[in-house]
Amino acid sequence: MALDKNGIAKRIAKEVKDGYYVNLGIGIPTLVANYVRNDISVEFQSENGVLGMGPFPFEGEEDPDVINAGKQTITTLPGASFFDSAMSFSMIRGKHVHLTILGAMEVAENGDIANWKIPGKMVKGMGGAMDLVASAENIIVAMMHTNKRGESKLLERCSLPITGVGCVKKVVTNLAVLDITSDGFVLRERAPGVSVEEIAQATAGKLHIPEDVPEMDI
Amino acid sequence: MINKTVANVEEACKGVSSDMMFMFGGFGLSGIPENAIGYLSKQDIYGLTCVSNNAGVDDFGLGLLLQRKQIKKMISSYVGENAEFERQMLSGELEVELIPQGTLAERCRAAQAGFPAFYTPAGYGTEVAEGKEVREFNGKMHILEYAFDADFGFVKAWKGDTAGNLIFKGTARNFNPNICGAAKITVAEVEELVPAGELDPNQIHIPGIFVQRIFQGALYEKRIEQRTVRPRT
Repeated sequence: MALDKNGIAKRIAKEVKDGYYVNLGIGIPTLVANYVRNDISVEFQSENGVLGMGPFPFEGEEDPDVINAGKQTITTLPGASFFDSAMSFSMIRGKHVHLTILGAMEVAENGDIANWKIPGKMVKGMGGAMDLVASAENIIVAMMHTNKRGESKLLERCSLPITGVGCVKKVVTNLAVLDITSDGFVLRERAPGVSVEEIAQATAGKLHIPEDVPEMDI
Repeated sequence: MINKTVANVEEACKGVSSDMMFMFGGFGLSGIPENAIGYLSKQDIYGLTCVSNNAGVDDFGLGLLLQRKQIKKMISSYVGENAEFERQMLSGELEVELIPQGTLAERCRAAQAGFPAFYTPAGYGTEVAEGKEVREFNGKMHILEYAFDADFGFVKAWKGDTAGNLIFKGTARNFNPNICGAAKITVAEVEELVPAGELDPNQIHIPGIFVQRIFQGALYEKRIEQRTVRPRT
């Protein structure tokens, strides 16, 4: 069965390693924090200016001066720090953040990503996404494999205005884990009960299928 | 001690006029200069170019200036929370320059620090790079971005003293320190204004040299955009 959003987050959480500073985007990526093993040390960075982000506050303890990049009220953990926006992006551009997890509308087989604009319809802006994808060396995209109309979001080339060029190396969807290499998308893992054929059918871009494609262990 | 104190928001905003370029601190509604925005939204000044990471919501923050069509052009990184903004943008009434958030912060900081321009990898190969100078450093492509040149910068701090020194709180810090000293005149409003000497010099985030006018703000609403909580167990 295809994964739900929490399932995607749970699978991505396995990519978070001990000692990592991690930036989580809005949406599915935010959920990843809930599934990171608690026997490793990880700090979450939010680009509006906090490192060491904790869970949501208890009711009545919300502080309007302590929010994440999604404008949600949050808490901080011991060892946390606050900083200004220029310093926040020094951490990102300067490659001090080890892992970036973000959502996308489209990903192309050459690693291009589109997630900020639908011309004429929706223009919310890129926020910190362009800085993140241009600098981070380890980017994982978390998204559904197809859009609401059932069309593939893994394409030969992005049809929407792109956020960054050739930057995505790994995609985790409700159906599969895929790497992006010079061969295009390489199918690494299937969601439990999902067949290789289903994934191939839902992937518009060039898909390389190795002989053995194990089920995700989540 | 050079005294930067002004009596109120009206005196702090003295000299603002139509067609000027303003910079505003704040991320979403957190750390926005509520008093200055409230005052500016009641003045007959139009044709403004505003630099702010976000554009407020319909009835708060820069949404107040948008409602009265005082803004000609917005320079922001993310504008998702404001229906009136989206309407004005899609209809072409409002000119919008969307730029990467880190680039926005750095264009402020560059102005503060006296750098005319800088190279960044953010936006290379995208619409953002159109018409911009491109240069390769260490095998990676970068685009040239320019420092802002604004008339007024409006910031909000948690505490400040009469010398203009500022201390911010939590993530309300965001763009505020980067805007201090980035415009011709920096106006700081604070939740608590104290006499010079009361703040520990070790704890100052922004030295008063970057601030021209400081005043005691009033009636902070500090609206929360996304109230998220967890249950007590």
